[in-house]
Amino acid sequence: MALQFKTCGIVAVTALTALAVLTGGASAEAVKPGDVKITDGQLAKSLTGKAGDPVAGKKTFVGRKLGNCLACHVNKDTSKQQFHGEVGPALDGAASRYEPAALRAIIVNSKQVFGEQTLMPGFYREAGLNRVNKKFKGKTILSAQQVEDVLAYVLTLKK
Amino acid sequence: MSKRIKVLGFGLTALAMCGLSYSAVVAEPNNNQLMIDGKKITTNVKAPKGSPFEKLYSGWRFRSAETQKLQSDDFENPGFPLVDLGTELWQKVDGSAGKSCASCHNDASKSMKGVRATMPKMHKEIGKVQSLQQHVNYCRTERMGAKAWKWESNQMLGMAAYVGLQSRGMPVNVKIDGPAKAAHDKGKKLYYTRVGQLDMSCAGCHEENFGKMIRADHLSQGQINGFPTYRFKWQKMGSVHRRFKGCMKNIRAKPYKVGSDEFVALELYVASRGKGLSVESPAVRN
Ligand code: HEC
Ligand code: HEC
Repeated sequence: MALQFKTCGIVAVTALTALAVLTGGASAEAVKPGDVKITDGQLAKSLTGKAGDPVAGKKTFVGRKLGNCLACHVNKDTSKQQFHGEVGPALDGAASRYEPAALRAIIVNSKQVFGEQTLMPGFYREAGLNRVNKKFKGKTILSAQQVEDVLAYVLTLKK
Repeated sequence: MSKRIKVLGFGLTALAMCGLSYSAVVAEPNNNQLMIDGKKITTNVKAPKGSPFEKLYSGWRFRSAETQKLQSDDFENPGFPLVDLGTELWQKVDGSAGKSCASCHNDASKSMKGVRATMPKMHKEIGKVQSLQQHVNYCRTERMGAKAWKWESNQMLGMAAYVGLQSRGMPVNVKIDGPAKAAHDKGKKLYYTRVGQLDMSCAGCHEENFGKMIRADHLSQGQINGFPTYRFKWQKMGSVHRRFKGCMKNIRAKPYKVGSDEFVALELYVASRGKGLSVESPAVRN
Protein backbone atom coordinates (compact mmCIF):
# COMPACT_ATOMS: atom_id res chain seq x y z
CA MET A 1 0.00 0.00 0.00
CA ALA A 2 0.74 3.61 -0.26
CA LEU A 3 3.38 4.42 2.23
CA GLN A 4 4.21 0.85 2.94
CA PHE A 5 5.78 1.07 6.35
CA LYS A 6 4.99 -2.58 6.95
CA THR A 7 7.42 -4.19 4.54
CA CYS A 8 11.17 -4.01 4.31
CA GLY A 9 11.57 -5.39 7.82
CA ILE A 10 15.16 -6.19 7.11
CA VAL A 11 16.05 -2.69 6.09
CA ALA A 12 14.26 -1.36 9.15
CA VAL A 13 15.99 -3.70 11.55
CA THR A 14 19.39 -3.06 10.04
CA ALA A 15 18.93 0.65 10.15
CA LEU A 16 17.68 0.58 13.72
CA THR A 17 20.60 -1.54 14.85
CA ALA A 18 23.01 0.76 13.10
CA LEU A 19 21.31 3.68 14.75
CA ALA A 20 21.59 2.21 18.25
CA VAL A 21 25.31 1.68 17.73
CA LEU A 22 25.87 5.09 16.21
CA THR A 23 23.90 7.27 18.53
CA GLY A 24 24.98 5.64 21.76
CA GLY A 25 23.82 7.96 24.54
CA ALA A 26 23.53 11.01 22.32
CA SER A 27 19.74 10.88 22.02
CA ALA A 28 19.36 12.20 25.57
CA GLU A 29 20.83 15.51 24.43
CA ALA A 30 18.75 15.81 21.26
CA VAL A 31 16.69 18.96 20.80
CA LYS A 32 13.06 18.10 21.61
CA PRO A 33 10.63 18.48 18.71
CA GLY A 34 8.76 21.18 20.63
CA ASP A 35 11.95 23.20 21.06
CA VAL A 36 12.92 23.25 17.40
CA LYS A 37 12.77 26.77 15.95
CA ILE A 38 12.71 27.14 12.18
CA THR A 39 13.29 30.77 11.16
CA ASP A 40 12.89 31.96 7.57
CA GLY A 41 12.91 28.39 6.36
CA GLN A 42 16.25 27.68 8.02
CA LEU A 43 17.38 25.46 10.84
CA ALA A 44 21.11 25.89 11.21
CA LYS A 45 21.69 24.05 14.48
CA SER A 46 22.10 20.28 14.44
CA LEU A 47 19.39 18.41 16.37
CA THR A 48 21.97 16.24 18.11
CA GLY A 49 25.29 18.04 17.88
CA LYS A 50 26.63 14.88 16.32
CA ALA A 51 27.57 14.64 12.65
CA GLY A 52 25.09 12.75 10.51
CA ASP A 53 26.09 9.48 8.87
CA PRO A 54 25.21 9.42 5.17
CA VAL A 55 25.33 5.62 4.96
CA ALA A 56 22.81 5.17 7.77
CA GLY A 57 20.94 8.12 6.26
CA LYS A 58 20.53 6.39 2.93
CA LYS A 59 18.97 3.37 4.66
CA THR A 60 16.54 5.62 6.46
CA PHE A 61 15.80 7.45 3.22
CA VAL A 62 14.89 4.21 1.44
CA GLY A 63 13.29 2.25 4.32
CA ARG A 64 9.54 2.04 4.04
CA LYS A 65 9.05 2.04 7.80
CA LEU A 66 11.54 4.87 8.26
CA GLY A 67 11.81 7.94 6.02
CA ASN A 68 10.21 6.26 3.02
CA CYS A 69 11.32 9.30 1.04
CA LEU A 70 11.11 7.18 -2.11
CA ALA A 71 7.33 7.05 -1.68
CA CYS A 72 7.30 10.52 -3.19
CA HIS A 73 10.75 11.26 -4.61
CA VAL A 74 13.12 9.76 -7.16
CA ASN A 75 16.86 10.18 -7.27
CA LYS A 76 19.49 8.50 -9.40
CA ASP A 77 21.60 7.25 -6.51
CA THR A 78 18.80 4.94 -5.33
CA SER A 79 17.76 3.81 -8.82
CA LYS A 80 18.38 0.17 -7.89
CA GLN A 81 15.48 0.34 -5.45
CA GLN A 82 12.09 -0.74 -6.74
CA PHE A 83 9.31 1.80 -6.90
CA HIS A 84 9.97 5.50 -6.72
CA GLY A 85 7.20 8.00 -6.22
CA GLU A 86 6.38 10.95 -8.43
CA VAL A 87 4.54 13.09 -5.93
CA GLY A 88 7.51 15.29 -5.01
CA PRO A 89 10.35 16.65 -7.16
CA ALA A 90 13.42 14.54 -8.03
CA LEU A 91 16.08 15.02 -5.38
CA ASP A 92 19.10 14.88 -7.67
CA GLY A 93 21.00 18.08 -7.07
CA ALA A 94 18.95 19.05 -3.99
CA ALA A 95 22.18 19.84 -2.12
CA SER A 96 23.14 22.31 -4.84
CA ARG A 97 19.76 24.04 -4.66
CA TYR A 98 19.49 24.41 -0.88
CA GLU A 99 21.75 25.32 2.01
CA PRO A 100 22.17 22.60 4.65
CA ALA A 101 20.15 24.72 7.10
CA ALA A 102 17.24 24.84 4.65
CA LEU A 103 17.40 21.11 3.94
CA ARG A 104 17.32 20.37 7.67
CA ALA A 105 14.27 22.58 8.03
CA ILE A 106 12.54 20.85 5.09
CA ILE A 107 13.06 17.42 6.62
CA VAL A 108 12.13 18.51 10.15
CA ASN A 109 8.92 20.30 9.17
CA SER A 110 8.40 21.07 5.51
CA LYS A 111 5.15 22.92 6.26
CA GLN A 112 7.22 25.72 7.78
CA VAL A 113 9.26 25.98 4.60
CA PHE A 114 6.86 25.31 1.72
CA GLY A 115 3.66 26.35 3.49
CA GLU A 116 0.72 24.51 5.02
CA GLN A 117 -0.42 23.09 1.70
CA THR A 118 2.57 20.89 0.97
CA LEU A 119 1.97 17.17 0.97
CA MET A 120 5.37 16.41 2.43
CA PRO A 121 5.16 15.24 6.04
CA GLY A 122 7.24 16.81 8.79
CA PHE A 123 9.63 14.15 10.02
CA TYR A 124 10.50 15.73 13.37
CA ARG A 125 7.37 17.31 14.73
CA GLU A 126 4.66 16.06 17.05
CA ALA A 127 2.47 19.07 17.73
CA GLY A 128 -0.54 20.29 15.80
CA LEU A 129 -1.47 16.91 14.32
CA ASN A 130 -4.99 15.47 14.10
CA ARG A 131 -6.18 11.97 15.03
CA VAL A 132 -2.75 10.41 15.19
CA ASN A 133 -2.96 6.62 15.55
CA LYS A 134 -2.28 5.53 19.13
CA LYS A 135 0.87 3.67 18.11
CA PHE A 136 2.45 6.91 16.88
CA LYS A 137 0.98 9.46 19.27
CA GLY A 138 3.54 11.85 20.71
CA LYS A 139 6.23 10.37 18.50
CA THR A 140 8.09 11.84 15.56
CA ILE A 141 8.42 9.89 12.31
CA LEU A 142 12.21 9.94 12.60
CA SER A 143 14.47 10.36 15.61
CA ALA A 144 16.72 13.39 15.87
CA GLN A 145 19.76 11.39 14.80
CA GLN A 146 17.87 9.81 11.88
CA VAL A 147 17.05 13.32 10.66
CA GLU A 148 20.72 14.28 10.85
CA ASP A 149 21.67 11.08 9.02
CA VAL A 150 19.11 11.64 6.23
CA LEU A 151 20.34 15.20 5.95
CA ALA A 152 23.92 13.95 5.62
CA TYR A 153 22.75 11.67 2.83
CA VAL A 154 20.75 14.37 1.00
CA LEU A 155 23.83 16.61 1.21
CA THR A 156 25.62 14.09 -1.01
CA LEU A 157 23.05 14.69 -3.78
CA LYS A 158 24.96 17.40 -5.64
CA LYS A 159 24.74 18.38 -9.31
CA MET B 1 0.69 -10.65 -6.60
CA SER B 2 4.40 -11.10 -5.91
CA LYS B 3 4.80 -12.23 -9.49
CA ARG B 4 3.31 -9.00 -10.75
CA ILE B 5 5.63 -6.95 -8.54
CA LYS B 6 8.68 -8.77 -9.83
CA VAL B 7 7.65 -8.18 -13.40
CA LEU B 8 7.08 -4.49 -12.78
CA GLY B 9 10.34 -4.25 -10.86
CA PHE B 10 12.18 -5.75 -13.77
CA GLY B 11 10.50 -3.25 -16.03
CA LEU B 12 11.76 -0.37 -13.92
CA THR B 13 15.29 -1.72 -13.83
CA ALA B 14 15.26 -2.27 -17.56
CA LEU B 15 14.08 1.27 -18.13
CA ALA B 16 16.70 2.63 -15.77
CA MET B 17 19.35 0.84 -17.78
CA CYS B 18 18.05 2.41 -20.96
CA GLY B 19 18.43 5.77 -19.25
CA LEU B 20 14.74 6.66 -19.24
CA SER B 21 13.21 8.37 -16.26
CA TYR B 22 10.85 6.49 -13.97
CA SER B 23 8.10 8.99 -14.32
CA ALA B 24 7.72 7.85 -17.90
CA VAL B 25 6.51 4.42 -16.77
CA VAL B 26 2.92 5.12 -15.78
CA ALA B 27 1.31 8.40 -15.08
CA GLU B 28 -2.06 9.20 -16.52
CA PRO B 29 -5.03 6.90 -16.35
CA ASN B 30 -5.01 4.55 -19.33
CA ASN B 31 -7.48 4.69 -22.18
CA ASN B 32 -8.86 1.17 -22.05
CA GLN B 33 -12.63 0.73 -22.22
CA LEU B 34 -14.58 -1.56 -19.95
CA MET B 35 -17.18 -3.86 -21.50
CA ILE B 36 -18.94 -6.56 -19.52
CA ASP B 37 -21.27 -8.97 -21.31
CA GLY B 38 -21.29 -6.68 -24.32
CA LYS B 39 -22.43 -3.77 -22.16
CA LYS B 40 -20.40 -0.58 -21.93
CA ILE B 41 -19.40 0.53 -18.45
CA THR B 42 -18.60 4.24 -18.22
CA THR B 43 -15.21 4.62 -16.55
CA ASN B 44 -14.57 8.19 -17.66
CA VAL B 45 -17.01 11.04 -17.75
CA LYS B 46 -16.95 14.82 -17.88
CA ALA B 47 -17.00 16.15 -14.33
CA PRO B 48 -20.22 17.73 -13.10
CA LYS B 49 -20.35 21.43 -12.27
CA GLY B 50 -18.54 22.33 -9.07
CA SER B 51 -16.25 19.28 -9.23
CA PRO B 52 -12.56 19.81 -8.49
CA PHE B 53 -11.82 17.54 -11.48
CA GLU B 54 -12.14 18.15 -15.20
CA LYS B 55 -12.80 14.51 -15.87
CA LEU B 56 -13.79 11.72 -13.57
CA TYR B 57 -12.05 8.38 -13.84
CA SER B 58 -13.00 5.12 -12.26
CA GLY B 59 -10.20 3.39 -10.34
CA TRP B 60 -10.40 0.73 -13.08
CA ARG B 61 -8.53 3.07 -15.44
CA PHE B 62 -5.48 3.08 -13.17
CA ARG B 63 -5.12 -0.67 -12.89
CA SER B 64 -2.95 -2.98 -14.99
CA ALA B 65 -4.39 -4.59 -18.12
CA GLU B 66 -4.29 -7.92 -16.28
CA THR B 67 -6.44 -6.69 -13.40
CA GLN B 68 -8.75 -4.85 -15.78
CA LYS B 69 -9.37 -8.02 -17.74
CA LEU B 70 -10.52 -9.94 -14.67
CA GLN B 71 -13.29 -7.41 -14.14
CA SER B 72 -14.47 -7.62 -17.72
CA ASP B 73 -15.49 -11.26 -17.35
CA ASP B 74 -17.87 -12.34 -14.59
CA PHE B 75 -16.52 -15.89 -14.76
CA GLU B 76 -13.04 -14.66 -13.96
CA ASN B 77 -14.06 -11.92 -11.53
CA PRO B 78 -13.02 -13.26 -8.10
CA GLY B 79 -15.85 -11.29 -6.48
CA PHE B 80 -18.51 -13.55 -7.91
CA PRO B 81 -18.49 -16.36 -5.34
CA LEU B 82 -19.80 -13.81 -2.83
CA VAL B 83 -22.36 -12.54 -5.35
CA ASP B 84 -23.58 -16.15 -5.50
CA LEU B 85 -23.86 -16.17 -1.72
CA GLY B 86 -25.85 -12.94 -1.88
CA THR B 87 -28.16 -14.46 -4.49
CA GLU B 88 -28.87 -17.39 -2.16
CA LEU B 89 -29.38 -15.19 0.90
CA TRP B 90 -31.91 -13.05 -1.00
CA GLN B 91 -34.25 -16.06 -1.06
CA LYS B 92 -33.39 -17.44 2.36
CA VAL B 93 -35.97 -17.18 5.13
CA ASP B 94 -34.33 -15.94 8.32
CA GLY B 95 -35.57 -14.53 11.66
CA SER B 96 -38.73 -14.61 13.76
CA ALA B 97 -41.02 -13.13 11.06
CA GLY B 98 -40.38 -16.09 8.77
CA LYS B 99 -39.42 -13.90 5.85
CA SER B 100 -36.68 -13.55 3.28
CA CYS B 101 -35.66 -10.41 1.37
CA ALA B 102 -37.65 -11.79 -1.57
CA SER B 103 -40.81 -12.00 0.56
CA CYS B 104 -41.03 -8.20 0.47
CA HIS B 105 -38.87 -7.18 -2.50
CA ASN B 106 -39.59 -10.06 -4.92
CA ASP B 107 -37.33 -10.03 -7.94
CA ALA B 108 -34.12 -8.18 -7.09
CA SER B 109 -33.37 -7.45 -10.74
CA LYS B 110 -36.43 -5.19 -10.70
CA SER B 111 -36.78 -3.98 -7.11
CA MET B 112 -33.07 -3.34 -6.49
CA LYS B 113 -32.28 -1.85 -9.89
CA GLY B 114 -30.78 1.61 -9.38
CA VAL B 115 -30.55 1.29 -5.60
CA ARG B 116 -26.77 1.09 -5.38
CA ALA B 117 -26.40 4.18 -7.61
CA THR B 118 -28.14 6.33 -4.98
CA MET B 119 -26.37 5.00 -1.88
CA PRO B 120 -25.73 6.18 0.75
CA LYS B 121 -29.12 7.82 1.18
CA MET B 122 -31.61 8.99 3.77
CA HIS B 123 -33.28 6.21 5.77
CA LYS B 124 -36.74 7.46 6.67
CA GLU B 125 -37.25 5.40 9.81
CA ILE B 126 -33.73 5.78 11.14
CA GLY B 127 -33.78 9.46 10.26
CA LYS B 128 -30.21 9.65 8.97
CA VAL B 129 -28.28 9.12 5.76
CA GLN B 130 -27.23 5.48 5.81
CA SER B 131 -25.05 3.18 3.75
CA LEU B 132 -26.52 0.26 1.81
CA GLN B 133 -25.36 -2.07 4.58
CA GLN B 134 -27.43 -0.18 7.15
CA HIS B 135 -30.51 -0.23 4.96
CA VAL B 136 -30.06 -4.02 4.69
CA ASN B 137 -29.59 -4.49 8.42
CA TYR B 138 -32.68 -2.39 9.21
CA CYS B 139 -34.77 -4.79 7.14
CA ARG B 140 -33.17 -7.73 8.90
CA THR B 141 -33.66 -6.57 12.46
CA GLU B 142 -36.92 -4.59 12.17
CA ARG B 143 -38.79 -6.38 9.39
CA MET B 144 -37.49 -9.93 9.50
CA GLY B 145 -36.70 -10.27 13.19
CA ALA B 146 -33.27 -11.55 12.19
CA LYS B 147 -29.85 -10.72 13.54
CA ALA B 148 -27.90 -7.85 12.00
CA TRP B 149 -25.00 -8.94 9.83
CA LYS B 150 -21.54 -7.74 10.74
CA TRP B 151 -20.23 -5.02 8.40
CA GLU B 152 -17.40 -7.01 6.86
CA SER B 153 -19.06 -10.46 7.04
CA ASN B 154 -19.35 -12.61 3.93
CA GLN B 155 -23.14 -12.37 4.16
CA MET B 156 -23.14 -8.57 4.20
CA LEU B 157 -20.49 -8.28 1.49
CA GLY B 158 -22.32 -10.84 -0.63
CA MET B 159 -25.64 -9.04 -0.23
CA ALA B 160 -24.08 -5.64 -0.95
CA ALA B 161 -22.43 -7.05 -4.08
CA TYR B 162 -25.63 -8.77 -5.24
CA VAL B 163 -27.73 -5.64 -4.72
CA GLY B 164 -24.94 -3.56 -6.29
CA LEU B 165 -24.85 -5.78 -9.35
CA GLN B 166 -28.47 -4.94 -10.13
CA SER B 167 -27.31 -1.34 -10.83
CA ARG B 168 -24.17 -2.21 -12.75
CA GLY B 169 -23.68 0.23 -15.62
CA MET B 170 -26.05 2.81 -14.16
CA PRO B 171 -24.65 6.27 -13.37
CA VAL B 172 -23.85 7.10 -9.76
CA ASN B 173 -26.29 9.76 -8.66
CA VAL B 174 -26.53 10.35 -4.92
CA LYS B 175 -28.75 12.97 -3.37
CA ILE B 176 -26.80 15.62 -1.52
CA ASP B 177 -29.39 18.30 -0.94
CA GLY B 178 -32.29 18.60 1.48
CA PRO B 179 -31.94 16.26 4.45
CA ALA B 180 -28.71 14.80 3.00
CA LYS B 181 -26.90 18.12 2.94
CA ALA B 182 -25.59 17.98 6.50
CA ALA B 183 -23.99 14.58 5.90
CA HIS B 184 -22.53 15.72 2.59
CA ASP B 185 -20.97 18.78 4.19
CA LYS B 186 -19.59 16.76 7.07
CA GLY B 187 -18.08 14.29 4.59
CA LYS B 188 -16.53 17.11 2.61
CA LYS B 189 -14.91 18.50 5.71
CA LEU B 190 -13.44 15.10 6.56
CA TYR B 191 -12.15 14.74 3.00
CA TYR B 192 -10.09 17.88 3.23
CA THR B 193 -8.91 17.55 6.85
CA ARG B 194 -5.30 16.49 7.26
CA VAL B 195 -4.91 13.68 9.76
CA GLY B 196 -2.36 11.25 11.15
CA GLN B 197 1.32 11.43 11.88
CA LEU B 198 1.90 12.02 8.14
CA ASP B 199 -0.54 14.94 8.25
CA MET B 200 -2.33 14.24 4.96
CA SER B 201 -5.89 14.49 3.68
CA CYS B 202 -7.75 12.37 1.15
CA ALA B 203 -7.44 15.32 -1.25
CA GLY B 204 -3.64 15.40 -0.96
CA CYS B 205 -3.42 12.02 -2.64
CA HIS B 206 -6.61 11.52 -4.66
CA GLU B 207 -7.34 15.05 -5.83
CA GLU B 208 -3.91 16.67 -6.14
CA ASN B 209 -1.84 13.68 -7.17
CA PHE B 210 -4.02 11.14 -8.95
CA GLY B 211 -2.26 9.62 -11.93
CA LYS B 212 1.11 9.66 -10.17
CA MET B 213 2.98 6.83 -8.54
CA ILE B 214 3.32 6.88 -4.77
CA ARG B 215 6.06 4.32 -4.40
CA ALA B 216 4.46 1.06 -5.66
CA ASP B 217 0.93 2.41 -6.08
CA HIS B 218 -0.67 4.22 -8.98
CA LEU B 219 -2.88 6.85 -7.37
CA SER B 220 -6.47 7.00 -8.61
CA GLN B 221 -9.14 9.56 -7.81
CA GLY B 222 -10.30 7.31 -4.98
CA GLN B 223 -13.73 6.79 -6.53
CA ILE B 224 -16.09 4.32 -4.89
CA ASN B 225 -18.34 3.30 -7.79
CA GLY B 226 -16.89 -0.23 -7.73
CA PHE B 227 -17.58 -1.19 -4.13
CA PRO B 228 -17.78 -3.69 -2.63
CA THR B 229 -14.55 -4.51 -4.41
CA TYR B 230 -12.49 -7.66 -4.64
CA ARG B 231 -8.97 -6.67 -3.74
CA PHE B 232 -5.89 -8.87 -4.26
CA LYS B 233 -4.17 -7.34 -1.28
CA TRP B 234 -7.08 -8.44 0.93
CA GLN B 235 -7.50 -11.73 -0.91
CA LYS B 236 -11.22 -11.06 -0.67
CA MET B 237 -14.01 -8.62 -1.15
CA GLY B 238 -14.21 -5.57 1.09
CA SER B 239 -16.42 -2.58 1.79
CA VAL B 240 -15.83 1.11 1.08
CA HIS B 241 -15.39 1.69 4.80
CA ARG B 242 -12.66 -0.93 4.99
CA ARG B 243 -10.86 0.91 2.20
CA PHE B 244 -11.22 4.26 4.02
CA LYS B 245 -9.81 2.63 7.13
CA GLY B 246 -6.80 1.36 5.20
CA CYS B 247 -6.02 4.75 3.73
CA MET B 248 -6.24 6.35 7.17
CA LYS B 249 -3.97 3.72 8.69
CA ASN B 250 -1.42 4.30 5.97
CA ILE B 251 -1.05 7.89 7.01
CA ARG B 252 -0.86 6.69 10.62
CA ALA B 253 -4.21 8.20 11.56
CA LYS B 254 -6.78 6.73 13.91
CA PRO B 255 -9.49 5.47 11.54
CA TYR B 256 -13.19 5.93 12.20
CA LYS B 257 -15.23 2.78 12.73
CA VAL B 258 -16.97 0.99 9.88
CA GLY B 259 -20.60 2.11 9.88
CA SER B 260 -19.81 5.28 11.88
CA ASP B 261 -21.59 8.53 11.03
CA GLU B 262 -18.21 9.88 9.93
CA PHE B 263 -17.59 7.15 7.38
CA VAL B 264 -21.19 7.27 6.12
CA ALA B 265 -20.78 11.02 5.60
CA LEU B 266 -17.43 10.54 3.89
CA GLU B 267 -18.95 7.82 1.71
CA LEU B 268 -21.77 10.13 0.64
CA TYR B 269 -19.38 12.93 -0.21
CA VAL B 270 -16.95 10.69 -2.11
CA ALA B 271 -19.89 9.11 -3.99
CA SER B 272 -21.00 12.60 -5.03
CA ARG B 273 -17.54 13.21 -6.49
CA GLY B 274 -18.17 10.26 -8.83
CA LYS B 275 -21.48 11.45 -10.23
CA GLY B 276 -22.02 9.93 -13.68
CA LEU B 277 -19.51 7.11 -13.41
CA SER B 278 -21.07 3.67 -13.81
CA VAL B 279 -21.70 1.44 -10.83
CA GLU B 280 -19.17 -1.39 -11.21
CA SER B 281 -19.93 -3.56 -8.18
CA PRO B 282 -18.20 -5.91 -7.74
CA ALA B 283 -15.02 -4.30 -9.10
CA VAL B 284 -11.56 -5.88 -9.02
CA ARG B 285 -8.56 -3.93 -7.71
CA ASN B 286 -5.05 -4.73 -6.58
C1 HEC C 1 4.17 12.17 0.88
C2 HEC C 1 5.11 12.78 0.03
C3 HEC C 1 6.53 13.08 0.45
C4 HEC C 1 7.40 12.35 1.25
C5 HEC C 1 7.14 11.02 1.93
C6 HEC C 1 8.63 13.09 1.28
N1 HEC C 1 8.52 14.22 0.53
FE1 HEC C 1 10.00 15.63 0.18
N2 HEC C 1 8.68 16.74 -0.94
C7 HEC C 1 7.37 16.38 -1.24
C8 HEC C 1 6.78 17.42 -2.05
C9 HEC C 1 5.35 17.41 -2.59
C10 HEC C 1 7.77 18.41 -2.22
C11 HEC C 1 7.64 19.73 -2.99
C12 HEC C 1 7.41 20.84 -2.02
C13 HEC C 1 6.18 21.63 -2.32
O1 HEC C 1 6.24 22.46 -3.25
O2 HEC C 1 5.16 21.40 -1.67
C14 HEC C 1 8.95 17.94 -1.52
C15 HEC C 1 10.17 18.63 -1.49
C16 HEC C 1 11.35 18.13 -0.94
C17 HEC C 1 12.64 18.77 -1.03
C18 HEC C 1 12.96 20.04 -1.83
C19 HEC C 1 13.27 19.57 -3.23
C20 HEC C 1 13.44 20.68 -4.26
O3 HEC C 1 14.24 20.48 -5.16
O4 HEC C 1 12.74 21.70 -4.16
C21 HEC C 1 13.54 17.98 -0.35
C22 HEC C 1 15.03 18.21 -0.18
C23 HEC C 1 12.80 16.85 0.18
N3 HEC C 1 11.48 16.97 -0.20
C24 HEC C 1 13.36 15.82 0.91
C25 HEC C 1 12.64 14.74 1.42
C26 HEC C 1 13.22 13.73 2.28
C27 HEC C 1 14.67 13.66 2.69
C28 HEC C 1 12.21 12.87 2.61
C29 HEC C 1 12.21 11.69 3.56
C30 HEC C 1 12.85 11.82 4.84
C31 HEC C 1 11.02 13.33 1.93
N4 HEC C 1 11.32 14.46 1.23
C32 HEC C 1 9.77 12.70 1.98
C33 HEC C 1 6.73 15.22 -0.84
C34 HEC C 1 7.25 14.25 0.00
C1 HEC D 1 -0.91 8.72 1.25
C2 HEC D 1 -1.81 8.72 0.14
C3 HEC D 1 -3.29 8.47 0.38
C4 HEC D 1 -4.15 9.13 1.21
C5 HEC D 1 -3.85 10.30 2.13
C6 HEC D 1 -5.46 8.52 1.01
N1 HEC D 1 -5.36 7.51 0.11
FE1 HEC D 1 -6.92 6.45 -0.71
N2 HEC D 1 -5.61 5.32 -1.77
C7 HEC D 1 -4.25 5.52 -1.83
C8 HEC D 1 -3.65 4.54 -2.71
C9 HEC D 1 -2.17 4.42 -3.06
C10 HEC D 1 -4.72 3.72 -3.18
C11 HEC D 1 -4.62 2.53 -4.13
C12 HEC D 1 -4.55 3.01 -5.54
C13 HEC D 1 -5.79 3.76 -5.92
O1 HEC D 1 -6.81 3.13 -6.22
O2 HEC D 1 -5.77 5.00 -5.88
C14 HEC D 1 -5.94 4.26 -2.58
C15 HEC D 1 -7.22 3.78 -2.85
C16 HEC D 1 -8.39 4.38 -2.43
C17 HEC D 1 -9.72 3.96 -2.83
C18 HEC D 1 -10.05 2.79 -3.76
C19 HEC D 1 -10.32 3.25 -5.16
C20 HEC D 1 -10.74 2.13 -6.06
O3 HEC D 1 -11.00 2.40 -7.24
O4 HEC D 1 -10.83 1.00 -5.63
C21 HEC D 1 -10.59 4.79 -2.20
C22 HEC D 1 -12.10 4.74 -2.29
C23 HEC D 1 -9.80 5.73 -1.41
N3 HEC D 1 -8.48 5.46 -1.57
C24 HEC D 1 -10.34 6.75 -0.63
C25 HEC D 1 -9.58 7.55 0.24
C26 HEC D 1 -10.16 8.46 1.22
C27 HEC D 1 -11.63 8.72 1.39
C28 HEC D 1 -9.11 9.01 1.91
C29 HEC D 1 -9.14 9.90 3.13
C30 HEC D 1 -9.75 9.36 4.31
C31 HEC D 1 -7.90 8.50 1.32
N4 HEC D 1 -8.23 7.61 0.33
C32 HEC D 1 -6.62 8.90 1.68
C33 HEC D 1 -3.52 6.51 -1.19
C34 HEC D 1 -4.06 7.43 -0.29
